[in-house]
Amino acid sequence: MATVELRFSALPEHVRTARLVAAAVARRAGVDEAVLDEVRLAVGEACTRAVGLHQSAGITEPVRVSLIEEEKQFSIEVGDDAPHAVPGGKSSGARGGADDSDVEEDEMGLAVISGLVDDVEVTAGEHGGLIRMSWPTTPPAVLVP
Amino acid sequence: MDLSLSTRTVGDRTVVEVGGEIDVYTAPKLREQLVELVNDGNFHLVVDMEGVDFLDSTGLGVLVGGLKRVRAHEGSLRLVCNQERILKIFRITGLTKVFPIHTSVEEAVAATD
Repeated sequence: MATVELRFSALPEHVRTARLVAAAVARRAGVDEAVLDEVRLAVGEACTRAVGLHQSAGITEPVRVSLIEEEKQFSIEVGDDAPHAVPGGKSSGARGGADDSDVEEDEMGLAVISGLVDDVEVTAGEHGGLIRMSWPTTPPAVLVP
Repeated sequence: MDLSLSTRTVGDRTVVEVGGEIDVYTAPKLREQLVELVNDGNFHLVVDMEGVDFLDSTGLGVLVGGLKRVRAHEGSLRLVCNQERILKIFRITGLTKVFPIHTSVEEAVAATD
């Protein structure tokens, strides 16, 4: 089970909240202080993309963010409910009226994520997509009693 | 934190001082500001990003859009930024090749090439 789960209405003003929560949980999980900026940016990009996909497809369901603390890593999953084009299909059809600039921003967001995060997995199907990103954690220093 | 914007004229340049967070929520305000400046005939812009705490791809998109607009009038769009975490985003997207990035407003205003 995720350490913290977040569901928010697909509105741009909530993306900042997701960034703040993700960074706070990542810090607690032991993600290096120097990497927190990357976590913040990457989760923001993933949420921005999900919000855009929901809005352009007219989906009222919330965007889902799972913050998962594991033994040696911290993972973030951002899920959307937008129908993505299946491989081999025409990619432009799935966006439902999105214009070129939306598509470019969507791709730019993914470009930033893949440039920032070494361990990233993007999956998409007819019923939604998921971006999973992971960062290594350092165990907290043992406190001397 | 929200986005703060202020503009001033230095010689033939218009300096846009940006502060706060540029993201999917606030980027439209920056876009409006840049569009308004260009529509009013300001084609040589310097965007001072020293007060920016956060920039994402939506913000990058707005800056690229601004560059496209000023170039249509043979203008220029220069950035002022010394913050490593902001510069990194320009680097990983290859946009350091697209935008002239300066270390101070004075340097950006004086630049001519």
